[in-house]
Amino acid sequence: MTESLVVLESEPIEVGGRRRTRGEVWRRLVRRPRFILSLAVIVVLIAISAFPGLFAGLFGNGDPTVCDLSDSVIGPTSGHPFGFDVQGCDVYANVIYGARASLTVGLLSTAMALVAAIVVGCVSGMYAGWPDSMLARLIDIFLGFPFLLGAVVVLTSFSTRNVLTVSVVLALFGWPTMARLMRAAVRQVRNADYVVAARGLGAGTVHILWRHVLPNTIAPVLAVATLTVGGVMVAEATLTFLGIGLQSPAISWGLQLATAQSKFGTSPHLLIFPALFLSITVLAVVTAGDALRDAFDPRST
Amino acid sequence: MTGATVRTAERRPAESEHLFEVTDLRVAFRRGQTEAVAVDGVSYHLDPGETLVLLGESGSGKSVSSLASMGLLDPPPAVAVSGSVRLAGRELLGLDDAAGSLVRGRQIAMVFQDSLSALNPCYTIGFQIIEVLRTHLGMSKRAARAHAIDLLNRVRIPDAARRVDDYPHQFSGGQRQRVMIAIAIAAEPEVLIADEPTTALDVTVQAEIMDLLADLQVERRMGMLLITHDLGVAADVADRIAVMYAGRIVEQSPAEAIYAGAAHPYTRGLLASVPRFDLPRGALAPIPGAPPSAGAFPAGCRFHPRCPLATELCRQQEPALLPVPGFERASGPVRRSACHYADEVAGVR
Repeated sequence: MTESLVVLESEPIEVGGRRRTRGEVWRRLVRRPRFILSLAVIVVLIAISAFPGLFAGLFGNGDPTVCDLSDSVIGPTSGHPFGFDVQGCDVYANVIYGARASLTVGLLSTAMALVAAIVVGCVSGMYAGWPDSMLARLIDIFLGFPFLLGAVVVLTSFSTRNVLTVSVVLALFGWPTMARLMRAAVRQVRNADYVVAARGLGAGTVHILWRHVLPNTIAPVLAVATLTVGGVMVAEATLTFLGIGLQSPAISWGLQLATAQSKFGTSPHLLIFPALFLSITVLAVVTAGDALRDAFDPRST
Repeated sequence: MTGATVRTAERRPAESEHLFEVTDLRVAFRRGQTEAVAVDGVSYHLDPGETLVLLGESGSGKSVSSLASMGLLDPPPAVAVSGSVRLAGRELLGLDDAAGSLVRGRQIAMVFQDSLSALNPCYTIGFQIIEVLRTHLGMSKRAARAHAIDLLNRVRIPDAARRVDDYPHQFSGGQRQRVMIAIAIAAEPEVLIADEPTTALDVTVQAEIMDLLADLQVERRMGMLLITHDLGVAADVADRIAVMYAGRIVEQSPAEAIYAGAAHPYTRGLLASVPRFDLPRGALAPIPGAPPSAGAFPAGCRFHPRCPLATELCRQQEPALLPVPGFERASGPVRRSACHYADEVAGVR
């Protein structure tokens, strides 16, 4: 005990021992194989979504709309590695073209929900009093709707359903979870000493939000947002499977799963290939989000 | 000073004007229907180059009064602040966000108690210093960075040019406190409030930090308000000491006068409860009882339940903070005590 009283202030305590510059974040990410792997999958999927024609033609039958009923539900053959669907269309080409709808809905819907959640969460968290009470009740009301059921109810009232409408509806029921998380994080940070200190040094509310509150609250919300991307893609597929999501002639994994349902017992390839792509995509997005959160967290090593 | 003509109406007569003047400050926290008064009619002033120590135990309202005077307490309805806080003749209470931002950090700055939580973990310390320099002094990025390194050198951070790019968690506690001080003095404020700047540090580092603060204060002619519960720290640096108890100042005196002999029984109790090498073991005399919490202050003198000298008068009538007879100086009364028997207490050793 007595020795420990004589502590000389010389060496800095190096928690984790590393600086967290932009280069450092990148190096931390690169050290994680699961991030590289998931990132590669995402990059490939985005490339597929952007240029489906390039990938669909790999096996020589790249047009998802060239169908011959005589080929209905034939399994994988040469030139058609995933086989044919009920209408006799190439499953591989359809799965490739379907990536765009799934990814777009997932990203667009999550982006909209995230923006709404950040705005509502920040306002609610920063301004205690009536703005907070109102927004908190609003969040509670929306949380009261079950995510899928709410989307089902709203979507059935739409006559035309496309990528945009489905995204908006899913965002409408997706933002409250993130908003509540954001609000809790903001409330915690708002009273942190460094926020009080920043105010003491002359920082205004907007400056404090941008410089101090957002950087310290965004990480958990972003982590949930990546999970949401996966969840929204699954929800889109589910809604489409139930017949109230995207409609033909749109091409999406959900639609393919929906048509597969009656023939699944005899022709499992109809279900397996779209489901495989959906699962891999969701897994990649969630894994990448997890790794990102770890890398950005200044408190972890 | 621009805009001085507009504010002449607000200005007080020159002879009573101090650099920093807090008058009748009152802070109350509301929880539902009840109101807890944490600071009740506190007044003090500060001149350039002067150190006033606000001394008191936990919960006496010393930190709350300093936060309130900087406008850093949450706005109504959670908190009600009244009274007056003037810096160089300008009222600070009730300034809006934008106007307050121009004063805070620029003219009046604060060093916080816990440097680890008062520095943003997401940014390098250089970034946090540069931010202040650019906001308040309008420096270019390059000039601000060079100045930030100068400031770190000034607060004796070794190898400042390299450490400027480090994050708060990479510094030791004492070094972080130095960084906090560098940030606080960056815009060269006229008044520096230090809220228990050394409580989280061990004794050797404490002394270094206090030396640094004292040096900077002399160098820049800052008025310094030091908040502490440590009588030793107060004795080292104070010009004047204001002792707080239960939300009020109970004694305000030149430092040497207090250590020579307190004029309030609470101050005397504090002095008697400091361990001393020259007294036999067991001679430590703690003040009996516990301090009242905000909202549950006793009637009459707030110290009377714990005071060995309390009489019926003390139970019924609250004493005002008045000059102590026999301690007037040519420049006016400098010793004040809120005790009915201040002259007796001050006379007794």
